[in-house]
Amino acid sequence: MQTAKSMEQPNAAIQHYANTRQLTAGKIIIYLLLIGLAVLCIIPFYLMLIYSTHNNATIASTFTFLPGSFLVDNYMNMVSKINIWRGFANSIFIAGTSTVLSLYIGALTAYGFAKFKFKGRNGLFLFLLATMMVPGQLALIGVYRLFSMMGLLDSYAAIILPAAANAFNVFFIKQFMESSIPDEIIESARVDSAGEFRTFNQIVLPILGPAIAALGIFTFIGSWNNFLTPLVLFFSLDKYPLPVLVALVQGYYGMDYGLLYLGVAISILPIIIVFSVFSKQIIGSVALGAVKG
Amino acid sequence: MFAKTIRKDHYGYYFIAPFFIIFTTFGLYPILYSLYISFTNFDGITTPDFVGIGNYVAVLQDPLFYKTLFNTLFIWGVSVVPQLTISLVLAFILNDKLLKGRDFFRAVYFFPNIVTAASLGLLVSLIFDWQSGGLNHFLVQTGIIQDPINWKNDPWFMRLIVSSILFFQYFGYSMVIYLAGLQGIDPSLLEAAQMDGAKKKHIFIHIIVPMLRPIILFQMITSIIGGIQIFDQPFTLTNGTGGPDRAAMTSIMYLYNVAFQSTRFGYGAAIAFCLFIIIILLSVASFIMTKRKSRS
Repeated sequence: MQTAKSMEQPNAAIQHYANTRQLTAGKIIIYLLLIGLAVLCIIPFYLMLIYSTHNNATIASTFTFLPGSFLVDNYMNMVSKINIWRGFANSIFIAGTSTVLSLYIGALTAYGFAKFKFKGRNGLFLFLLATMMVPGQLALIGVYRLFSMMGLLDSYAAIILPAAANAFNVFFIKQFMESSIPDEIIESARVDSAGEFRTFNQIVLPILGPAIAALGIFTFIGSWNNFLTPLVLFFSLDKYPLPVLVALVQGYYGMDYGLLYLGVAISILPIIIVFSVFSKQIIGSVALGAVKG
Repeated sequence: MFAKTIRKDHYGYYFIAPFFIIFTTFGLYPILYSLYISFTNFDGITTPDFVGIGNYVAVLQDPLFYKTLFNTLFIWGVSVVPQLTISLVLAFILNDKLLKGRDFFRAVYFFPNIVTAASLGLLVSLIFDWQSGGLNHFLVQTGIIQDPINWKNDPWFMRLIVSSILFFQYFGYSMVIYLAGLQGIDPSLLEAAQMDGAKKKHIFIHIIVPMLRPIILFQMITSIIGGIQIFDQPFTLTNGTGGPDRAAMTSIMYLYNVAFQSTRFGYGAAIAFCLFIIIILLSVASFIMTKRKSRS
């Protein structure tokens, strides 16, 4: 028995090794499926780019997967009708400020929970986690009413302020902090009589740097893609972030296909660029956030 | 040694204070205010009149509420089942270290998840347009169909289209979360199974799936919460109309119409809380379901 088993084991290992190196029929099918799915993921965006270079007549009459020569015409047509770069600037400003604010407050909060043992700590943290389960739409009408009373409807503050308290960011940074910031560093800073906030800003924040950067990209994209809240809280065309502006254009210039495709392309392009540079960090931060929960 | 003598623990409160002040003001207070409004017939201008549970009674008798709820659950259900199963299989395949181009496939599959949902809805709307859409032109030119199909005129097709967009956007996300879960499984366990001659199929069903149960539960619950909130894609796909016979009008689109188009804030708030109760019930149900399965 004993010898038979030990004879079998290397055989199985060799068999397995051989299987994985050979390009079997099963493997070919898997690769074909994977490639097919990848093509399916890219096609809509490819068509979007192609169609933004054609004029209405072409788009309305034929299918094409080759670029045309009307990109500049479509662009001139678009900027004469809507202020797309204003929308772009709005998106950058809103996403940028809410990302920085929510990351800093998130890091402060995470530090408070991770490194201080105050009364009610666990209860408050559980409460914070529970708020992640509550859908944002629940607060929407109350937020609308609150900002209307404060006279802040149709102002950037109405979007940025609520986004500053981001429970997910707190949770994520706290997970990272517990494993990467040893108590000894904080204690030695205390012994050197650094103030608590100075310790946080000058020692803890720099160590958190890479994790916060990864989370920041993700928060920025999330804010860039936010649609319902600005749709509700903004009224004037020059305040709308890019995705909302582009969606509303459909109602005005629904037959202007080249313009619409180009508008969609411009609203997605920054995301494509950010993703092609930071895909590893983005995917990593999603995975990390999910599993630690 | 020094840590014990220098007590700084009360500083924790200062660090967490900004978050809780902002959250209370702009998160918790609006929720409680929404709850209060849900018991009034507030129209946004005149002072709210208290109407008790009147709005809730009306919501429960509102055929349009049920219709949009059905649309939402249908759209969510049709997208989430393939999404959670296909992504699990994909994660299993892409977890294989010998597979070439693993990082490439992961990135490509994940990419649609971060694309602006509203823009994607608009893009799909353009591609599926009856007269100008690329899909009809493609099908006619290749001879698959004779005349262009008016896709957007079919209620069931519109629901399925929204489901497809959601699947397209979320299968890569689910896959990444499963992949993260797979990293947590002890590789020696899988090697042992392989040594004993277990086929990949059996490893998948008897080891991977049971070990990933907590992740599957996590995905189910977050997908319920996200599923009830579907808004951006059907809104831009149908240009805010909800499509033919409001077939693709989701509950949040209905809430948006009631509260912010018809300015019936009280009724809208009542809809919001009804949806919240449904989310809680569905979450508890899926929690109990996976618990029971793991015990048997």
